[in-house]
This record gives sequence, C-alpha cells and structure tokens, in this order.
Amino acid sequence: MTTTSLPHTRRLRAGDMARLAATGVRTRKLRAALSALGITIGVAAIVAVLGLSASSAAGLNAEIAALGTNLLTVTSGQNLSGGTAELPGTAPAMIAQLPGVTAVQDTGTVSNVNAYHSNLVPSVDTSGIDVKAATTGLPAAAGTSVARGQFLNAATAREPVAVLGAAAAQRMGIDRVWAGERIWAGGMWFYLAGILNPAPLAPEIDSAVLVGFPAAQRYLHFDGHPSEIYVRAQDNQATTTAVDNLLAAQANPQNPSEVDVSQPSAALVAQAEAKGAFDTLFLGLGAVALLVGAIGVANIMVIAVLERRSEIGLRRALGATKGQIRLQFLSEAILLSLAGGAAGIAAGAASTASYAHAKGWAVVIPAQAWAGGLAAAIAIGAIAGLLPALRAARMSPTQALWSI
Amino acid sequence: MSTPVLELENVTKVYPGPPPVRALDGVSLAVAAGELVAVTGPSGSGKTTLLHLAGALDKPTGGSVRITGLDIAGLGDKALSRLRAARIGFVFQQLFLAEHQTVLGNVADGLLYAGVRLAERRERAMEALAAVGLAGRARARPTQLSGGQRQRVAIARALADRPAVVLADEPTGNLDQATGHAVLDLLEELSQAGTTIVVITHDRSIAGRARRQIHILDGRITADTAVMASAGEGTR
Repeated sequence: MTTTSLPHTRRLRAGDMARLAATGVRTRKLRAALSALGITIGVAAIVAVLGLSASSAAGLNAEIAALGTNLLTVTSGQNLSGGTAELPGTAPAMIAQLPGVTAVQDTGTVSNVNAYHSNLVPSVDTSGIDVKAATTGLPAAAGTSVARGQFLNAATAREPVAVLGAAAAQRMGIDRVWAGERIWAGGMWFYLAGILNPAPLAPEIDSAVLVGFPAAQRYLHFDGHPSEIYVRAQDNQATTTAVDNLLAAQANPQNPSEVDVSQPSAALVAQAEAKGAFDTLFLGLGAVALLVGAIGVANIMVIAVLERRSEIGLRRALGATKGQIRLQFLSEAILLSLAGGAAGIAAGAASTASYAHAKGWAVVIPAQAWAGGLAAAIAIGAIAGLLPALRAARMSPTQALWSI
Repeated sequence: MSTPVLELENVTKVYPGPPPVRALDGVSLAVAAGELVAVTGPSGSGKTTLLHLAGALDKPTGGSVRITGLDIAGLGDKALSRLRAARIGFVFQQLFLAEHQTVLGNVADGLLYAGVRLAERRERAMEALAAVGLAGRARARPTQLSGGQRQRVAIARALADRPAVVLADEPTGNLDQATGHAVLDLLEELSQAGTTIVVITHDRSIAGRARRQIHILDGRITADTAVMASAGEGTR
C-alpha cells in the first residue's frame, strides 16, 4: 500500500442525486405532503386565477366572434347648439351604396309613445321600454335572432303588430306568444308577433318594442327618421375599417360631425379586459400562500437536518464532501417544493377546467401561469432550503456522528 | 518494509473549551497491511478520538496521522472526503442502516461517493454480502434481520469499497456474547483474506482474540502487543 495519490473526487450522477433528494420525501410522505401544502395552495390559486380569466376572455372572444366584429352602428349625434341631431331619412339607402357593405338595417325611436302589457297598467309604469320602428331584416344585422314567434315581415310591418326585445318581454312579464295576444301602445292594441333573443352588440334593441316603419307612421305619428343604423361590412378587418371611416360622411353629407359611428364589438372587448382587474386581489392572496408555503418548507428542512445528523455523519464517513451534503439537502427542498407546485398546477388547472366547462368556455391555461408556478416553486425551494443545507454541510463529521 | 497502512506519530488531540480536554497525548503506532488490531480501554480513554483521527474524520492538534502514506494535516475537505471514500471503511456501533432500503441497497450505498455506477455498485455489494455470508438476504430490509446479521450488513458496507483499512467502533457492543464472537470470527476471516482491520472495543474477551492488542488509558498507549512480540515474530 505505497500509493500516495488519491483518485479524483467523483461528482454524483444525476440519477443518484435525484434518489438522494427523494429519500426524505419518500420516507416521510405525510410530513412532506403537509409541508408542501402551502405551496400547492399558492400555486393553485395563481394558476386558477390566471386560467379562469384567460378562459373567460376566450369565452367572451368566442361569443364576440360568433356575433361578428363587422357590425358598425350609426347613431344621431349632437348638432352645434347641443341638441340632438336627426339622421336624414335617406341615410340607410346612401350607406347601402358603399362598397363592402353587406347589410343595412335601421330603427327609429318613436318619441312620446310608451308600451304596456295591457291598458290596465298605469301610464307612469313605463318600465323603461322604448317603442321603435324597425326594418324587417333587423335581427340578423344587429346580431340577434327570434326566440319565440316570428319577426316583422312586409305584411305585418304595415299592421298594428309588435315584436318584443328580450329585456322588454321580461319586464312586461311575457315569455311566450299566444295566438291573439296583444299589448297596449300609443293608446291602441298591437298584436304580438314574436320575442327576440338578447342582442349583446345592440342592447338598445333589448329594451324596445319593435313595430314596422309604415305602422309606426300610420298609428303612432312617427316622423320616419332613423335613429340607429346597423351596418354589416364584409367580414374582414380592412373592409370594416374602410367602411367605418366613410360612414359619417355617407350618412349625412351636409353635417358629418353630427353623426356618431361606433363598433359595438370593440366595447365588449374593452369590457372583457376591465374584468381582469379583480384578479390582482386573488394573485396577492396566492403570493401570501406561497410565502407561507416557503416558511413551511424551510421549517421542515431545518427539522430534517437536525433529525438526520447521524445520516449526515454516515455519509461523510462514506466519503461525501461538504458540497455533496449541501446539494443533497438543497435538492430535497427543491424537490419538495416542486412536488407541491406540480400538485398546485394540477389543482388549479382542474378547477379552471371544471368552471370553464360549466360556463361553456374553452379551457385556456396560459403558459406563463403554469411555467410561472413551476418556476416560483423551484425558486422557493432553493431559497427555503439554502440555510438548512448550509447548516448540514457545515456540521463536522465527528459532531454529526456523536449526536446519538 | 512497505509503508504502513496507518501511521500515527506522537499524535495529540485537544478539544477546546473550558476546560480543554486532552483526549490523546503523544500516541504513536503503525498498522501494517493485513493486520487485525484490537484497541481497548475504558470509556473516556480516547479510543473513539483515535478512530476519528485514523479515519480522517478529524485532524490532530499535534503530531501527524498518515493514512496509506498521506499526511491528513495538509488535506482539505474534498481530499479528506476522497480519502475516506477510497481508502477507509467504517463500522459503527449504531450501524446507521437505512430502514427504507434493502440490505443490498445499504451495502451498495457504501460505494455511492466513490463514483461507481449503480450496476457495478450492486455487483460489488453482492460480493461483499457473500463475503459476510448474507448473500441470501440481499433483498430483505434491515428490520427483518437479527442483530448479528445487521452488524454483518454494516461490515459488508465497509468492505464494499475494498478499503485499505476497516475501522470498527465497538462492532460487538450491541450484541450478546455468542453473536459478538461470531462477528469476530468474520473479522478474523476477512483479515486472513488480506483486509486490514482495527477494532475498538471495551470487551477484553473480544480483544483477546486479535493477534495484536493495544491498550489505551487517559490518551496514552499503555500496552501494545506488537512491540512486546516483535522479538518472537513468526512463531505462528
């Protein structure tokens, strides 16, 4: 035995290190699970919040896409003296001549006329319901459809016949159409033809009672001026924008500034974005849970180092370097925290999926939610495990072996 | 004459702190390859300190400790760890067997820090288990074994790396008389096969079976049969 040179220190293989790191977790499963619970809850909260808001936005976007982003609404604006301007009666026909326009429908508000379920309702109980004249192709252009009965046609538009918007029907307490059913408007009976579904892009239709233009002029003293014009452009962004830019001048060539043009789908998108503002609170709660989880992991690692002094002593006697002991306990903390994080992602994703499924949304879990959750778990494990790992490595072998 | 496996020269070890404890006081000894040495002495005589220094777990306050010719005073943590991994096998009284692992896994872990692949670790662990007569219990858990069998697993773990020297601290301390002697039979057998073994024990009947006995009292060697028998060497 004359050799005086030593073999080089061998680094532990990744597989061996993984097995060592798993020792503490494997031998004390319940304790490991409880100490990782804080991280699980924190990561689950963050993933669920981000997932739910992304899924809800996806649901809303799908809804908006189904309604179409090519709807443009032209309404009368204000004139120079501050009064309400009127749209010229020729505006719909003028707009229909624009290239790229596929449909033009309009409504006109019938002023000073209210509608009631019957003539027994006191006249002050208007329920916020407007009476509007409508063209016969309105539902398709405004992004709604007929829920009950049918819409106005060329024949019924001339007669005292009405169709109810979704909210108007609800406020009147009408949920189906009977043969011969009537409502009271402008001092006479109107037969009920149908009820519309909600129109998310044109909520003003929801709270209206719709009658034909000829009937409105004949029975309700309507002046025939349109107040809202619903314009569908060819369904692409460029055409919609081009039409948008031309609408005001085309609707009222004399006073384009007295015309308001809007794109209702844009308002819905903005609304969806505003909804996400509440997420901050829940993300904050998730961060607090993560902090508590980090303290839990640090605590359990401090205890583990104290409990496993003899194991540390044995490993040092078997030839483990300080660095290898440090790495073992650091990887154990990271593994513990990573397992908690993975469980949290699973829980967050599952709750997002079940809620989104119930709401009929597409399940969207943004990559930054789960990747961020995993990264946070790894970072927390590393930070929480650092001090205990340093303590374990600093322990002298004899000190570790003596402490039985 | 070849370099001794283990060589202590005028070694002192003082533990600081009021009052300082002089655990070893001028100890000199040399252990040659293939020897079976028993170190005896009462509690507090410095036996365990001697084992820690001989096993490169601690450094002396004065004097020099050479393991396979290497003076440990000049070695850093990495080199000392390497030395322990490659040249020294430990058997502790408390055994330190991992209950969640099989007997084979425990023995194979003796090679973990020597940079040996898992397959080869298992292979060499099987050889070591065969050497201690436990090849049949490789898949058992330590808790399923008797005290004597567990002690033999700990010995197999120390042997797995084919160390230059095996240091055993009270290997029979937790065993009854008969089992203790059976373990010593095994150590004798291993010694005859060429392993250098130093056994620390307070049991004189166990110590009596070693060819060489060293007695320590208050940190000094009071008797070393190698020195006394050096004149009559070769009588056996």
